[in-house]
Amino acid sequence: MSAAGGTSRNRYGLAAALTALAMLMAHAAAAQQLRVPDHVVANAGATLTTSGDGSATFYLVGPGTALKREVKLGEAIELSGADLRNAGRYSAILKAGGNAQAASLLVAPAQPAAINFMARPSRVPVAAHDAISGVAFVFDDYKNLVTSPAQVTFNLAVGDAAPITRKVEAREGIAWTRLDSARKAGAAQFVASIGDTNVRRVVQQVASDPCGLRFHTAPAKNGVTVETDPVKDCSGNPVPDGTIVTFVETDGRTRSTVDARIKRGIAQAELPAVPGALITVASGVATGNEVRLGGGK
Amino acid sequence: MIRNIGLALLMVVVTCLLLAVGYATSEGVNRSAGTPEGAVRSLYDHVRGRDWRGAMRYVAAASNTDERTFAKDVGGSDGSLRTFSTLQDIRTTVLHENDNDAMVRANTHWSSAVGSLYDTRDLHVIRENGDWKVIWPADKSPTAPPQVMAVNFLRWDIIHRAAGDDWASQDVAAPNARIMNMNALQHDLGNGLQGVMIVGEIENQDTVPAFVSVGATLIGKNGETLGEESSFDKISHTLLPKEVSPFRIDFPGVKLSDVKKVTMQPNALLVPASADPVIAVLHQRIETDARGHKLLKGELVNQSGETVNIPHVIATYYDDSGKPIWVSDGYVDHALEPQIPVPFAVDVRDDVGPNPKFRVTVNQYSIDRQGA
Repeated sequence: MSAAGGTSRNRYGLAAALTALAMLMAHAAAAQQLRVPDHVVANAGATLTTSGDGSATFYLVGPGTALKREVKLGEAIELSGADLRNAGRYSAILKAGGNAQAASLLVAPAQPAAINFMARPSRVPVAAHDAISGVAFVFDDYKNLVTSPAQVTFNLAVGDAAPITRKVEAREGIAWTRLDSARKAGAAQFVASIGDTNVRRVVQQVASDPCGLRFHTAPAKNGVTVETDPVKDCSGNPVPDGTIVTFVETDGRTRSTVDARIKRGIAQAELPAVPGALITVASGVATGNEVRLGGGK
Repeated sequence: MIRNIGLALLMVVVTCLLLAVGYATSEGVNRSAGTPEGAVRSLYDHVRGRDWRGAMRYVAAASNTDERTFAKDVGGSDGSLRTFSTLQDIRTTVLHENDNDAMVRANTHWSSAVGSLYDTRDLHVIRENGDWKVIWPADKSPTAPPQVMAVNFLRWDIIHRAAGDDWASQDVAAPNARIMNMNALQHDLGNGLQGVMIVGEIENQDTVPAFVSVGATLIGKNGETLGEESSFDKISHTLLPKEVSPFRIDFPGVKLSDVKKVTMQPNALLVPASADPVIAVLHQRIETDARGHKLLKGELVNQSGETVNIPHVIATYYDDSGKPIWVSDGYVDHALEPQIPVPFAVDVRDDVGPNPKFRVTVNQYSIDRQGA
């Protein structure tokens, strides 16, 4: 019985306290009011209105921002562009005489003005399907990700060849595309643009594996010189200098090999002149013709 | 008193004896070689201390060699591996002997930064003025004639993204290297240990040089890790575009039957490199040496204009289907001067078959060569 009576007394006490708090807040609300605008854009500034009498302390807390200011109730609170440069949710608090009123302020990003553009890879073989990817992140002037829809244009061009263009709608601030590499080797200019803003990346399109590898022989002072025709890939692009071309000479008893480097488009090496020896050529997985010394090809 | 004087005298005598023994065993005396084997051993004792003058006392005048040539032959030159080696041990065997001449086989063991090196020489020893002396054939290796050699090989340098660039700006991509084939085998690893070895080949498929390494993890039947190793020196780490290197990874003490899965981790980094030097591997053949062991022999020819200090020969052996079954390597202790052939020999496993298919590649280390 006594326990039940104690619980009942506690309930009455809690109800009384809540009623007192509500009356206090109602009094406070009547004493001061803070109104914030519905739509604020980053760096545009804003005007907050107050009501009531006397002085108060104004606090603003938001992304990368915290400020405190003494204000007069009944007068507007002017927030500069610098105060609201970062997009996001801000809390505005007005405190007077122990009473506080809080309001939320949502700051939206400004117009798209900058792009962070990731182009991958930096180097790609020619004529490769979906080999190049570009991802553009759309920002305003104040590094806020612009989440409203915006159209990003991707443009990939190598030399004088016709560029490939894609227009992609950015979603939640991100637009991306995949493109084939061109058949022509060279430094491809990969550009992402929005409005007057554009960012350029260079994707080096390089020759693919050698194709139709051929070589010929010529007598040399200490043996035989083997020399390839200009080494090109299947699209006709010269294979880069420094690429390894392996010559192998077998005479049935011994074997000689040279890993020659392509220099100015051709690979050259010197091998022993063994009559009847067979010489072959290869570069990576690509193989070429064969020449039998003192015999037919 | 008399006892004290006696003790003092005894100590003086013992000290003198010890000094005499020390002097006699040092390089300060020319021990006469009473036997052909003794002459060879004495010669190599001086070589161990790099005392070429002392060693020359055991070289027969009939050798027609001088101290400089001898030092170059035995001690190495041009920053070769032999110049960084020390004689550790010598074992001699008399092959035949009579009153005036003998043939002694000297098996020498040298220690170097890349491990042990072994050398075998059959030395002709003759009696000269009552002492046994070694005929040390004069080193007739040719040297490159003075000349101007135009070298215009390609060199790659790299500019990475700057620290101040925005986070999305691209860096140069790592090279694309791919393992072309691999084979896991249970084997004697060549050092007396049984274990699993992973052999294979990796190719730089890119158009830029790559620094490659290959790691492997053996997974057991219950998913446990049995071992994690990487290729160390049985691989050419710097690969030019389209260059293929063998690799071998050893797991001593692991049984292949316990392995459920092998995970390979090829890694490739973009590095500055030079397309120079080109080393031809000529006259490769498999021969059997005097001990009955198979050797892969050939000659290396540096076709560039700069000396290669330490050549490293890596040989890959294949079965009939073209799968790699063994990778062996060996360092050549002579430097490669331009255009001068230098012989090499690499051990061949007896179980790779009578006429195995093989491929030889050459790695190289050069002092003062940039990007090599």
